Amino acid sequence: MTLHLNRVSLTHDTGVRALHEVDLHISAGEQVAIIGPSGAGKSSLLNLLATALRPGSGTVEVLGEQAWQLGARQRQRLRARIGLVHQAPPLPPRQRVVTAVLAGKLGQWGFAKSLLSLLHPVDVPGARAALVKLDLGDKLFAQCQQLSGGQLQRVGIARVLYQAPDVLLADEPVSAMDPVLAGHTLSILCRHAREHKVTLVASLHAVELALSNFSRIIGLRDGQILFDLPAADVDHDLLDRLYANEQLQSPPAPVAPLSLQIPRC
Amino acid sequence: MLTRDTRDPATLPRLLLSLLALALLWPGIHFSELDLGVLLQADSQSEMGRFVSAFWPPAHGEEFLQLLWQATLQTLAIATAGMALALLLAVPASLLASRALSLSAASRGGRPSALGRLLRWPVRGLLIFLRSVPEIVWALLFVRAVGLGPTAGVLAIAITYSGMLGKVYAEIFESVDQRPAHSLLQAGSGRLAAFCYGILPNVAAELLSYTVYRWECAIRASVVMGFVGAGGLGQQIDLSLRMFAGGEVASMLLTFFVLVLFADQISRLLRWRFA
Repeated sequence: MTLHLNRVSLTHDTGVRALHEVDLHISAGEQVAIIGPSGAGKSSLLNLLATALRPGSGTVEVLGEQAWQLGARQRQRLRARIGLVHQAPPLPPRQRVVTAVLAGKLGQWGFAKSLLSLLHPVDVPGARAALVKLDLGDKLFAQCQQLSGGQLQRVGIARVLYQAPDVLLADEPVSAMDPVLAGHTLSILCRHAREHKVTLVASLHAVELALSNFSRIIGLRDGQILFDLPAADVDHDLLDRLYANEQLQSPPAPVAPLSLQIPRC
Repeated sequence: MLTRDTRDPATLPRLLLSLLALALLWPGIHFSELDLGVLLQADSQSEMGRFVSAFWPPAHGEEFLQLLWQATLQTLAIATAGMALALLLAVPASLLASRALSLSAASRGGRPSALGRLLRWPVRGLLIFLRSVPEIVWALLFVRAVGLGPTAGVLAIAITYSGMLGKVYAEIFESVDQRPAHSLLQAGSGRLAAFCYGILPNVAAELLSYTVYRWECAIRASVVMGFVGAGGLGQQIDLSLRMFAGGEVASMLLTFFVLVLFADQISRLLRWRFA
């Protein structure tokens, strides 16, 4: 079992309950999409799987290890085998793309090699190969601030491809791209996962993309799993229930404004 | 129309804060015995005029310029050596004191664990101690220990400035976007590597600018310490003032102007290059 959540709950500092008693099992090499309305807890779930957030209760088991019972050093070693693609990849604006991509392997490099790479990139061919897969080979020496949102997302993906983790998690990885590019980029991610026997879990806004690229779909709503089905079994009825929004369904009837004015000054 | 939509909830706190600031300012003027009227009285004006008129013309004798050149070099050397020593202590201390390198903060939404906060306190305390004692006091202490001369000035600057640099560096590290470093920590990177790749690119300009500004301050501070015998331009100013050689003082003040201008231009150049 690659990823194993057991009755996991998470409450943010703000008091918002993000996840409630979630059970989830994902085997090695599976490709899973998480869909659900905004605020359902998709990002929280992925961050928990990436051991980037510590759950309030329950256990998180990744690659056969109880992530939060390890020492800090061992957890860092475990984290080097987990790759998380952020929705808006946090990259320093002045950093060059080649450095941002090479940073994916910091968990595997020693400090001396990391420092050397900051002065002079040690693996330009490796970074170029990762970027070429995403059609960004020409941006190798550009600064991150010169890229668009969609290009930055692809740099974030290239960094994780270069990291070559055993578990690949992606939080809305294609949200800033046009539909054609989004489909293309997602298929690259899925192909990479298949070829390297990597477990892939991605959260997506676009339901069609999820259904066409992934074999297993998890519907998340209000911090709980509404359904967990093969893609073929997900029908309209389920999706309607997943995305139902009581607040938006009936636009409030225009109430005649009360023409009651109390002059106060 | 006075409905609840037009009322800004921030108005009242802002008004109260302004009144509070005024209320605190008034006793401040009283306690500092500030009386600007003294400046306008005739006898104090003529006294100041006599003092300043002695400054003209600036001294420019061959021998004096030679001396001035030597003293300027010594001042620059004191400031630079002091800063270099200060950095040796300030850089590791700022990394220890800053929350930016906290591993626990990366998985707790930016808040370090209680233990981490506790362990940072001794370092912060050390930095506070180093900078709370004025450099002139350190200089007096070191003049007694190592005798008159630039060494005392270098040590005094090194100690006080390591406290200032360490504190401000730590705060600069915390003031920028922490997510790049956090995402690297979450991908298994070590703390120092995450700092170099995630934080350093964002803080480089600010760090350089502050360091050059502090170097400029160190030049000025070395003057004050010259008065207590720690060498450099300050000692020369002290001597010239005692000998009522106003022209020499004026030349040295002009030298200062040039040095500060120089530091300012370096800072601008570096900021332009890194921002």
